[in-house]
Amino acid sequence: MTTPNPQLDAQGRLKHFLTIDGLSRELLIEILDQAEGFLGVAQQAVKKVPLCRGKVVANLFFETSTRTRTTFELAAKRLSADVLNLNISTSSTAKGETLLDTLRNLEAMHVDMFVVRHAESGTAHFMAAHAAPHVSIVNAGDGRHAHPTQAMLDMLTIRRHKPDFDQLSVAIVGDILHSRVARSQMLALRTLGVPDVRIIAPRTLLPTRVEEAFGVRAYHDLSEGVRDADVVIMLRIQRERMNSALLPSEHEYFQLFGLTEERLSTARPDAIVMHPGPINRGVEMDSQVADGRRSVILEQVTNGIAVRMAVMSMCLGNQHLGSQSQEEATHA
Amino acid sequence: MSKSDIWKDAAAIEAAIDTMTERLRERLERRGIERPLMIGIHTGGVWVAERLHARLGLAEPLGHLDISFYRDDFSRVGMHPQVRPSYLPVGVDDRHLILVDDVLQSGRTIRAAHNVLFDYGRPASVTLAVLLERDGRELPIAADVAGFEAGFGADEQIKLSGPEPLLMLRARRGVNPIR
Repeated sequence: MTTPNPQLDAQGRLKHFLTIDGLSRELLIEILDQAEGFLGVAQQAVKKVPLCRGKVVANLFFETSTRTRTTFELAAKRLSADVLNLNISTSSTAKGETLLDTLRNLEAMHVDMFVVRHAESGTAHFMAAHAAPHVSIVNAGDGRHAHPTQAMLDMLTIRRHKPDFDQLSVAIVGDILHSRVARSQMLALRTLGVPDVRIIAPRTLLPTRVEEAFGVRAYHDLSEGVRDADVVIMLRIQRERMNSALLPSEHEYFQLFGLTEERLSTARPDAIVMHPGPINRGVEMDSQVADGRRSVILEQVTNGIAVRMAVMSMCLGNQHLGSQSQEEATHA
Repeated sequence: MSKSDIWKDAAAIEAAIDTMTERLRERLERRGIERPLMIGIHTGGVWVAERLHARLGLAEPLGHLDISFYRDDFSRVGMHPQVRPSYLPVGVDDRHLILVDDVLQSGRTIRAAHNVLFDYGRPASVTLAVLLERDGRELPIAADVAGFEAGFGADEQIKLSGPEPLLMLRARRGVNPIR
């Protein structure tokens, strides 16, 4: 435990947001509390606060995304930052520029924060290791590794319905093997003190030794796995997995692991159902469940903006602090 | 807290809030304002506003304002650690507002509060009521109604502690920093 956490500055404050791994329960709670404050901004006539005026945020999405990119963009705009959306497929990367050169060029344009999504695990860490000292990196999903803002928006959604993390049973259902969302969720849930985290998947979609590594319990039967659960989180099944012999067919997957009202009947009566989107209706879950009274899927989207505002403002606000302490603040 | 002493005790503060209530009532009558909307600034301002709201017998619920997202020192001190959501139960458009805070010193909090309010709408007027109007103004902002008016040393800080009982504590800067 002597290696410093690359996300934190010398005072333990958030500088980058790369992974849930290594962050304290207190810091995760701070992110949730800040996000709670930002939820109110959407109620204002002017849905904007001047906090990050003059800051420049570049969205660097090497993988396609609609929801994550637009909510990051909206989060930055609600903080009054200026946003650059780089369409990588038509940019210099397509012409052969390396990631490091892209970073250096954008730094030369005085970008303060990069929001990065990439198919390679470790991209955000790589960029954080090479970024200039005044620049922050936020991971918007790297390979199979991490998607920490998704996990935190899920935690905010859970907390708004079930405030006591240390009393909860949470089931995560689907392709755990390939899911960066599941990894970040398992870490966040355990860090926040959730005693009972279950993962439910076909054997082909579970990483080896996952139970020991994350402190979770694995199930291969959906009804059994969601029994008495307070929260059921469904993961997206990527259609390309169907072609790689890990799954038989969409139809068969739905027969065994698709969430229906009937299968959900073993969960607690007040259980909530979540999904990071986009949903494949009739594959991961029935429309009845997706649109039903227990579904909080659209709240997750709304909460995503607030969580991203929290993470971005915390990182940007800490950039110029150096060793200065909070005590110097007077604002009476 | 070790080096702070009580500047005003609970009885003195309750009496000052009574005086503020009377002055506000007179001011509202003079201006012909019948249904003002009261808004307290977190945290101390809300404590004072709760008392004024009850004593004036205002019909509409009290609003809460958190100015953390509008502070002018974000790039110097980063995010304020304890942000509470602002809560404005009624629209502010065309309404007469009474903005309440505990201590008016630099004026920067009130500057920020104005910006928050105007992002919620366009009020008809804003009246500023503070428990203590002290020296140290850095912006052209003045209270309309104040419970106490006093000057202090530049290194002296006055902080309201509460919610029950309300006490005003005096401390040297650096010993008990005000948020």
